[in-house]
Amino acid sequence: MENQFPKKQILNEDGVVVDDVYKSMLDESLVKTLYTKMLRARLFDRKGVNLQRQGRIGTYVPFEGQEAAQIGSSMAMEEGDWMFPTYRDHGATLTFGHSLKNVLLYWKGRQEGCIPPEGKKIFPPAVPIASQLLHAAGAAWAEKMKGTDRASIVYFGDGATSEGDFHEGLNFASVFNIPVVFFNQNNGYAISIPVEKQMKSKTIAQKAVGYDIEGIRLDGNDVFAVYFHTKAAVEKARSGGGPTLIEAVTWRYGAHTTADDPSKYRDQDESMIRRETTDPLARLEKYMQQEGIWDSSWQKQLEQDITLEIEASVHEMENEQPPHVNDMFDHVFAENPWPIEDQKEAYALVRGE
Amino acid sequence: MATAAVGTKKLTLVQAVTDGLRTMLRESENVIVLGEDVGRNGGVFRATDGLMEEFGDQRIIDTPLAESGIIGTSIGLAMNGFRPVAEMQFLGFVYPAFNQIMTHASRIRSRTLGAFTVPLVIRAPFGAGVRAPEIHSDSVEALFTHMPGIKVVVPSNPYDAKGLLIASIEDPDPVLFLEPMRCYRSSKMDVPESKYTVEIGKGRVMKEGEHVTLLTYGAMVDASLKAANEAESKGISVEVIDLRTLYPLDKELIARSVQKTGRTVIVHEAPSTGGLGDTLISLINDTSFLYMKAPVERVTGFDTPVPMFALEDHYLPNAARITSAIHKVINF
Repeated sequence: MENQFPKKQILNEDGVVVDDVYKSMLDESLVKTLYTKMLRARLFDRKGVNLQRQGRIGTYVPFEGQEAAQIGSSMAMEEGDWMFPTYRDHGATLTFGHSLKNVLLYWKGRQEGCIPPEGKKIFPPAVPIASQLLHAAGAAWAEKMKGTDRASIVYFGDGATSEGDFHEGLNFASVFNIPVVFFNQNNGYAISIPVEKQMKSKTIAQKAVGYDIEGIRLDGNDVFAVYFHTKAAVEKARSGGGPTLIEAVTWRYGAHTTADDPSKYRDQDESMIRRETTDPLARLEKYMQQEGIWDSSWQKQLEQDITLEIEASVHEMENEQPPHVNDMFDHVFAENPWPIEDQKEAYALVRGE
Repeated sequence: MATAAVGTKKLTLVQAVTDGLRTMLRESENVIVLGEDVGRNGGVFRATDGLMEEFGDQRIIDTPLAESGIIGTSIGLAMNGFRPVAEMQFLGFVYPAFNQIMTHASRIRSRTLGAFTVPLVIRAPFGAGVRAPEIHSDSVEALFTHMPGIKVVVPSNPYDAKGLLIASIEDPDPVLFLEPMRCYRSSKMDVPESKYTVEIGKGRVMKEGEHVTLLTYGAMVDASLKAANEAESKGISVEVIDLRTLYPLDKELIARSVQKTGRTVIVHEAPSTGGLGDTLISLINDTSFLYMKAPVERVTGFDTPVPMFALEDHYLPNAARITSAIHKVINF
């Protein structure tokens, strides 16, 4: 199966383009955009971990190491498309237009964090594993029924492929030829469970065979491979070609969440080695250097600008008015039924309001 | 009640469901029906009979056999502009979809402060008494009345079935629409041919009375009316209320009746502990404590799984048990 589903690569670990087909498509502005979005995601992620350590937000879910998978895939989507992330995919949602402030508010335990900016079709992070595959299929099915050419992308991890909803999502999308891209980030671990204990199958891409849909396995740390193959899958979906399962093989450097200690279940030296050898940003930097489009003053400026942007969003997050308790009561239904209204009033009385 | 013969037709409850679906499918392109065997087969109870012929297989959709898949994709469809009516073939088959209903359908509005909503109707035949195979006879409405963010309605007759179904499809939030299998073909009733609604959240007095209030719903309405008529012959005047909506309950109607009679018997076929009876007693406690002349009696299914059908008549509340409870609250 590993032979049938080889790990596709466009940019190898040394920053060399190994697939000539794509050479002409790598214009400088695309390359710089991909680098910029990946750097922004990485700096944001590091800020998230720090904010949690300082007690300024709650438990945070880091994704460092998975930037190519998240940025390459989200960059392949267009206005009007739908995105269904998990709690580890804010690199993707931020790239697709989510607001830094709202993503931070999510980790501060605020409902506002579930709300995308106006016009951005980004669903709140799915917590129940694999449940979102069906929502993505449903939303894209709706687009198909409306006769648009818009599509969905849905993110999920290696562990999610063990859930029934993974199977049901792929099956529905296959049966009804739904324009959805199932984007799997195989980062090797579902919290502590390595992928070898999650499944006997050697790849996740091969699971597409069972649904007679296209399955693609690719180097998830190669942002070019992720971008171009996802773009092709989305274009296929738009033109009626149906769903695709993409397995992006990647690695999370850090913990499952800030409440997790990965050294309990794996040797963190592995993460150190991977940082040195397969890092998505370092790889792109090597490429840009070789192409003569790397400019360290540009990079410095970029880092400064992004840092300022993130700091501004942290400031906004921390200066957000506290939530009103009635937010809890007033959005369960379009109109409050009497039990909720009674409970709301009784609680207001206790608070002396 | 519809009394005029003009513009009505005699329908069974299941035919009224079909009529309600057809009415809404004709009115709006956004209404679609999904489920197992709902298309060509017209549903295992024929609730969707003839709909695929009229509306096509793009709107009356035979899905793969996957309850979570049906509800999960319906959530995506609902929050992207459609009004899906998803059929669970039996309420006892809803459990694989429980996660989708509990963690998504019922709380997306709340999670996003209204940015995303799920106007989804889940239809499900339910209840015992039709000699169905195992697991087909569950009454687990309380799992859903306990679930924040979903309304639960139960018609007991054809008129309410059509009116409540239309109200459910028009509702901006998820509604679980429970269809008592025992009532599917038990009687026919004049049902208006045109569109009408029965308001969600409103019960109905099926029979007025002075001494005892019977609170019930679904297939137990018939059994309760039988017991009420029997009691009447012994000089006990019984008021029978069909709750029709289980969440949110019709607080005013219940309180008014209970305060008038001071005596209440609750009848449902679901298990007792944690069942709707407990919620009704709480409501009576909150609204009518000082009016009560006797403790509230409950006639319910037992805290057992619904047995295989050889024993189901023992499981189901019957007129004898209801009559006994009526005498108990009278003689307290």
